[in-house]
Amino acid sequence: MDIRKVKKLIELLEESNLNELEITEGEDSVRISRGSATATYAAPAVMAAPVAPSAAPAMLSATEEVIASEEQLNGHVVNSPMVGTFYSAPAPGSPVFVSVGQSVSPGDVLCIVEAMKMMNQIEADKAGVIGAILAEDGEPIEFDQPLFTII
Amino acid sequence: MLEKVLIANRGEIALRILRACKELDIKTVAVHSKVDAALKHVKLADEAICIGPNPSPQSYLNVPAIISAMEITGATGVHPGYGFLAENADFAEQVEKSGFVFIGPTADTIRIMGDKVAAIKAMKAAGVPTVPGSDGPLTENEEQLRQTAQRIGYPVIIKAAAGGGGRGMRVVESEDNLINSVTITKTEAAAAFGDGTVYMEKFLQNPRHVEVQVLADGQGRAIHLGDRDCSLQRRHQKVLEEAPAPGIPEDARQAVFDSCVNACVQINYRGAGTFEFLYEDGRFYFIEMNTRVQVEHPVSEMITGVDIVKEQLLIASGLPLSFQQEDISFRGHAFECRINAEDSVNFMPQPGTIEAYHAPGGNGIRVDSHIYNGYTVPPNYDSLIGKVITYGRDRDTALSRMRIALDEMVIEGIKTNIALQEDLVRDEAFKKGGVNIHYLEKKLGL
Repeated sequence: MDIRKVKKLIELLEESNLNELEITEGEDSVRISRGSATATYAAPAVMAAPVAPSAAPAMLSATEEVIASEEQLNGHVVNSPMVGTFYSAPAPGSPVFVSVGQSVSPGDVLCIVEAMKMMNQIEADKAGVIGAILAEDGEPIEFDQPLFTII
Repeated sequence: MLEKVLIANRGEIALRILRACKELDIKTVAVHSKVDAALKHVKLADEAICIGPNPSPQSYLNVPAIISAMEITGATGVHPGYGFLAENADFAEQVEKSGFVFIGPTADTIRIMGDKVAAIKAMKAAGVPTVPGSDGPLTENEEQLRQTAQRIGYPVIIKAAAGGGGRGMRVVESEDNLINSVTITKTEAAAAFGDGTVYMEKFLQNPRHVEVQVLADGQGRAIHLGDRDCSLQRRHQKVLEEAPAPGIPEDARQAVFDSCVNACVQINYRGAGTFEFLYEDGRFYFIEMNTRVQVEHPVSEMITGVDIVKEQLLIASGLPLSFQQEDISFRGHAFECRINAEDSVNFMPQPGTIEAYHAPGGNGIRVDSHIYNGYTVPPNYDSLIGKVITYGRDRDTALSRMRIALDEMVIEGIKTNIALQEDLVRDEAFKKGGVNIHYLEKKLGL
């Protein structure tokens, strides 16, 4: 389970009404509780999980849980159209493109996703107010990953 | 040793690559399309990145997305598997230019072997026997075309230089059809491959498809891992393969092995590769070289004990070949049945959800498959959902084990070709061995 996934889970918990979130993937599990700053990471179980098919359903439902939580994001979600690195400002040290609570119109640049040294500007496709910023400056992101909500 | 490998493929081969990486303690990155988040290897990989929507051009063929994924994960190498970008010289070049390792040969080698005319030229120069042919692209000159065909002897076959894998070909039985056939094939080739260059070869009436597996380290060393017979084909798609090819005279076999190894050394080949031949009346005729791991590689692994995918990773890590030719011994016989999600009557791909899956097992049975109970075969990609491989000390034992394995296998919820395979492994002519490449289609009445 990599750190990006854990970070995403922490963000999901913070934005939701949940107090606690626990995800199991094969031998790894993570439990995140509201209020405590640390996430407890369970060491891989000593007994190896049986190989698919019985392991598969556990892994499937973990993914489904995460996807379901993501779908509870409020407002219109702006997803990344590509794989790359997320940048919240046009250059290091510059002011960020948008902040939470800021009004945006269609066509306003929200962020940059950089891939192979090319900076791609991601624009708002809806008018509204930035509800949440779901990626961190410098964070690697995948295709269709939620970046912003516009409410 | 490569530290982190990105697997630029899907399905069974992606799982195969992941397993080999794990054996070598190489970290794995699985890139996948949206629907393929459910793939078995994606769940097992250390990191997974969704690189695009389902259609291949926007995902598995999306070079910027794949290279970008390598950048953000810090992968050091990429394994392209087979199909998709595996033989795309531009991709290999971009990967290396971006500072990553392409697990395979150099872009130049891929380019030469991708041009079938150039490949034949290179093989001739290296002493590999080739099909009597035009020895170069065909011109517009009708008189020249007639003379070339006369020299080769009818029937001839017109082939697209940028084609391969059974695509872009037309047989000409007599001079009456020659000029028209050349023109049509050129037009088709330009449309399909963006290159209308065609060449001519003698059309062999009843050949078998016999191929030779090689490994080379790009440092001057090359070995062969024996041959495979892949004559059971439908529309140029292999259905059932075996190693070694039965009934080939030993001297002819050794001679062709030596020529393949020699060719590898001459072109300083790097990685795994397969030389494909048509075999007829005791003679081998080179048709093309595949510069990648092939679907049917497991049968060669079974009879030699060499892990081909692992060797690819070691070679790409810059290590010399783990074996010398004298270290390779050939033991026993192996078969592979490709399991496709397809209708057994019309062969149309049949996507759907697998409601019950039970894999066969036992002595000498190997199953390379990514499917599991509840897995949904998506409609966007090819229909190969697994391979059943059997091994035995002789051909009869291996074949008998395949019958037992196929009988045991259960895949419910989707249509598969298991029934066809069960029929083939009981076919009298196939049991004898040595059927030619037209046999299956004749048997199916196509």
